[in-house]
Amino acid sequence: MDRSQDWNWNSGKRIIAEFGKWEEAFDWVEEPYVSPDGDKIAAVVKTGEMEFSVCVNGSAWENTFDKVWYVRFAPDGRLTAIVSDTGAWTLAIDGNAWEETFDYIWDTRFTPDGQTIVCNAQQGMQYLLVKNGAPWGEATFANIGHTAVSPDGSRLAAVVQTEDFNEGDIFKFQEGCYTVAINGHAWERNFVNAWETSFSANNQHVATEVRLSLYDYTIAVDGKIWSATYPSVWKPVFNPRDTTVTAPVKSAGAWILACDGRPLWTNKYAQLWHHMYSPDGDKIAAIAAPKFGRWTMAVDDQPWSVTFGDFVSEAVFSPDGQRLACIGVDHKKHRIVVDGKPWSGDYDLAWQPVFSPDGQHVAARVEKDGLFSVVVDDQPLKESYRRCWDPVFSPDNQHLLVRALEGQGADTVYTRTVLPLSEILG
Amino acid sequence: MNDATAVETKQIYDKGIEEGAARLTPEKIKQVYQQMMSAEAGARLKTYVQNCVSCGLCSEACHFYLSYDRDPRFSPAGKVRQTMAELMKKKGAVSVEFMKKTSEIASTECNLCKRCAQYCPFGLDVAFVMLFVRRLCHKLGISPQYIQDTAHSHSVTGNQMWVKEDEWVDSLQWQEEEAQEEIENLRIPVEKEGAEIFYSVIGPEPKFRAQLIYQAAVIFNAAGLNWTMPATPGWDNSDMAMYTGDNEIMARIKRMHFETAMRLKVKRVVMGECGHAFRSIYDVGNRALGWRMPPVEVSHSIEFFYELLRDDKIKIAEKYKPTVTIHDPCNVVRGRGLHDMLRYVVHAICENVVEMHPNREHNYCCSAGGGVINCGPPWKMKRVNGNKVKAQQLFAAKSRGAETCVAPCHNCHGGLEDIIHHNEIGMDLKFLGDIIYEVMEKPERV
Amino acid sequence: MHAIYNFVSGPLAWVAFILFFGGILYQLISRAMLARKKDHYVYEYWSFFYALRSIAHWIFPFASTNSRNRPVLTIVTFVFHICIFVAPLFLFAHVSLIYEAFGISWWFMPDGVADILTLLVIGACIFFLVRRLVQPDVKYLSTPTDFILLGLVAAPFVTGYWAYHQWPGNEFMTILHMFSAEVLLVAIPFTKLNHMFLFFFTRGYMGSEFGGVRFARDW
Repeated sequence: MDRSQDWNWNSGKRIIAEFGKWEEAFDWVEEPYVSPDGDKIAAVVKTGEMEFSVCVNGSAWENTFDKVWYVRFAPDGRLTAIVSDTGAWTLAIDGNAWEETFDYIWDTRFTPDGQTIVCNAQQGMQYLLVKNGAPWGEATFANIGHTAVSPDGSRLAAVVQTEDFNEGDIFKFQEGCYTVAINGHAWERNFVNAWETSFSANNQHVATEVRLSLYDYTIAVDGKIWSATYPSVWKPVFNPRDTTVTAPVKSAGAWILACDGRPLWTNKYAQLWHHMYSPDGDKIAAIAAPKFGRWTMAVDDQPWSVTFGDFVSEAVFSPDGQRLACIGVDHKKHRIVVDGKPWSGDYDLAWQPVFSPDGQHVAARVEKDGLFSVVVDDQPLKESYRRCWDPVFSPDNQHLLVRALEGQGADTVYTRTVLPLSEILG
Repeated sequence: MNDATAVETKQIYDKGIEEGAARLTPEKIKQVYQQMMSAEAGARLKTYVQNCVSCGLCSEACHFYLSYDRDPRFSPAGKVRQTMAELMKKKGAVSVEFMKKTSEIASTECNLCKRCAQYCPFGLDVAFVMLFVRRLCHKLGISPQYIQDTAHSHSVTGNQMWVKEDEWVDSLQWQEEEAQEEIENLRIPVEKEGAEIFYSVIGPEPKFRAQLIYQAAVIFNAAGLNWTMPATPGWDNSDMAMYTGDNEIMARIKRMHFETAMRLKVKRVVMGECGHAFRSIYDVGNRALGWRMPPVEVSHSIEFFYELLRDDKIKIAEKYKPTVTIHDPCNVVRGRGLHDMLRYVVHAICENVVEMHPNREHNYCCSAGGGVINCGPPWKMKRVNGNKVKAQQLFAAKSRGAETCVAPCHNCHGGLEDIIHHNEIGMDLKFLGDIIYEVMEKPERV
Repeated sequence: MHAIYNFVSGPLAWVAFILFFGGILYQLISRAMLARKKDHYVYEYWSFFYALRSIAHWIFPFASTNSRNRPVLTIVTFVFHICIFVAPLFLFAHVSLIYEAFGISWWFMPDGVADILTLLVIGACIFFLVRRLVQPDVKYLSTPTDFILLGLVAAPFVTGYWAYHQWPGNEFMTILHMFSAEVLLVAIPFTKLNHMFLFFFTRGYMGSEFGGVRFARDW
């Protein structure tokens, strides 16, 4: 859920926190994280001998812990961190730990509305998922991984180990000891392996990539496998409009996109992965290597003409599905590419591009020579920062929110700036 | 016939090979062979196997050949002759017994070190052929048990030692705490996006050699570097799937590794002192995914330590006193030409260095590499006896005063440790990181 | 006898040369196409600079480590390879044959020198034969094909020497000389003697990988 209409979109810069001063107050300050609306900055700090907390806008949580890590803001602005006290681990939200503790928890995940928070957990050498502080059910497993959360947070899926085997028992392993469990209920069929998992848009269906033997890979949807097998597959994705499933599959030495076990795309690629649907489900885009060593995006089986030697990543559709942006890297130089056209600026690093709600503008966080900035429609901001975060467009497409650390050493401040697009683009 | 040959020729039981073979039939072998030949055998395989002029110039390149009294079966060309050449001659119509022996030869008698490619006038690549044979054995389900189990571990956990996700992060946090006893506020930054360096290690480090992570943390800390380690699978860049010929799992775990680096937005991956993992991310695994070179810069520890010392990022308080000798790991020397940097580092941290010969890119392999040590206990004595030439090198270095052998590679460590122990050479074995940690200036605990 | 002579020196020679050059072309093109399909790394990583660097180290005696390790074999091998090219190409009898047939000619050496080169080739072949029979690893590796090929290479030189010196049966030997040379020509592209031209590609590819990726010497 996009809450950005409730944020302060008045133009101007505000200093939110004197981050540089934190070093004086605490003898341990980790790298900071900022809230989606830019109003908060937080970092793990040491408050005493083996006593840690999270400092938010200058004041630490009252509760302290033996260990704090993985500080993450939920999309709704709540601040989470994984914490431990005397060996018991749990998640703290805005300073308050869940009541239930575990022998270990990790990999915090959020639904887009931020209402559901999920972690992997280990209790007594058994594994489970934890949703908003409560175990996903009675069931625990010998191992867990590849967690997925349904869009509405009602269902959790993970790859679980359902059969015990000793290390070295290769033949037992090859019989299949893994499957997918949803809300703690494992599919009936076991697989040699199961990997990345997707939910359908209606939360009802689950697809995952599986290996049936050491050699045969396919896609399992709700526990049932496609009729075709392949020498390899990558993560399946549901079409947001229906429940058809597509996945990149290897066939005759090259990669193609298959749908429900049948070839969908006709072009063959040296590599094809991270395929994604436009929000309306009309288009499919994927990171592709049309030939060995050259990378680009393919949209509905048509590769862009521009290619990159290092890699292509971070692809994103505009909200209306009409445009597509990504990062292309050649000789370590990162460029933002929109609709097949690379921008003129090159950078040491670039983050995932951000579309304005109307899809007319694109902005991205970039780094060059150790300084950060934001580029909008190939136009860098005049200012550069010690550090900054992904820019956010206002719901009316008129403003841009820039969250940044400015200044040096003890004078470092965290600022929240709203800039009119007209000013940036002149 | 001396002892060594006796060990070699005696029937060794490997559950993976034996039980796998029990399910095979000659028809199945032929069918899989023909499938693989039509799908994957190209001009290189054909030329490497059929164009060998049987000159024997490769024989002396191989430590197995030299160590097993010049038994011709251990010459590189001899291994091809007994396996792939025979398969091609008979178009796959071979017996199950033949395939068992073939699996044994390809997996336990060749370290894929490519030294023979430097001695063959034609540059025929026996390692390439042996890897092809291993892949055939993988497809027939007759890979040795221990390395196959490791490939299984890779497929599930992304690492080679069945280390679960929580165990990994837990061991980092444990090492961080341990190190804080020595150096106040020392941090092992986990999941720090935008750090300069992603420090990557292999499965055995959290499992058995956690002090290496500790030492690396101290070194990173002293050098004031912006570094991180991931909390997710992808932290391990080791790769036994590469050595069983399970190229699909190899590709999968390399993807995990590189995408972890991309997700963390690091400028480069610096990896611990491991040779085969370097080969996997620098040469083999990246290609399997369609990357001509690694998509993110990768540096082996040798290169990294070289930079730190050259740029005075770490200072040596007092050089290491005992005389050391240097073992060159194939995968970073013959595989990446790091021998000069290795010598720069060793001379910068040690008082006295004596060389073993042949050395640098003409070194003898440790006989553990190429997945051979990963074939486990059944094959241990075969590989130890298969490297008497390394034992002789070590003895010679010892006679010239060497008390410590520096080997910047995990598998070399495993292999050399066994060689030193079995031959009662009496020599310490160290990683570069061990010595640097010992001799560097460290911030004192207040 | 005369009819056989005419056949061997005429049509059969044409056939041999056509198969020789055609065979080389066929091998190169078919392998290049197979590599394009299944070994695209050869194209991806091929570097002319590093290929030539490696080839140079192997085409000159004692430029590679292994050639220094075995000086006797190195000398014999280089003498052998040089002589099998130089002796037939610059032999007066061959040059004059070509001149008579096509009206083109080039430098030739004195027959006495050619005699020595021929003997060197024969001597080298005997050396290789003994090596194949005596040295355990080479003996183990040697297949019947290896012996046959060695015989094939030696044959034109032995028969040529015989014929030139007008020893008994030299007429027959002359025919046998031409015939064996023709068989050898045809054998080159279709047996492992094709290392004559494939050497440059196998060595060049290894040189490219070692030079461009591995940064290490492959000699």
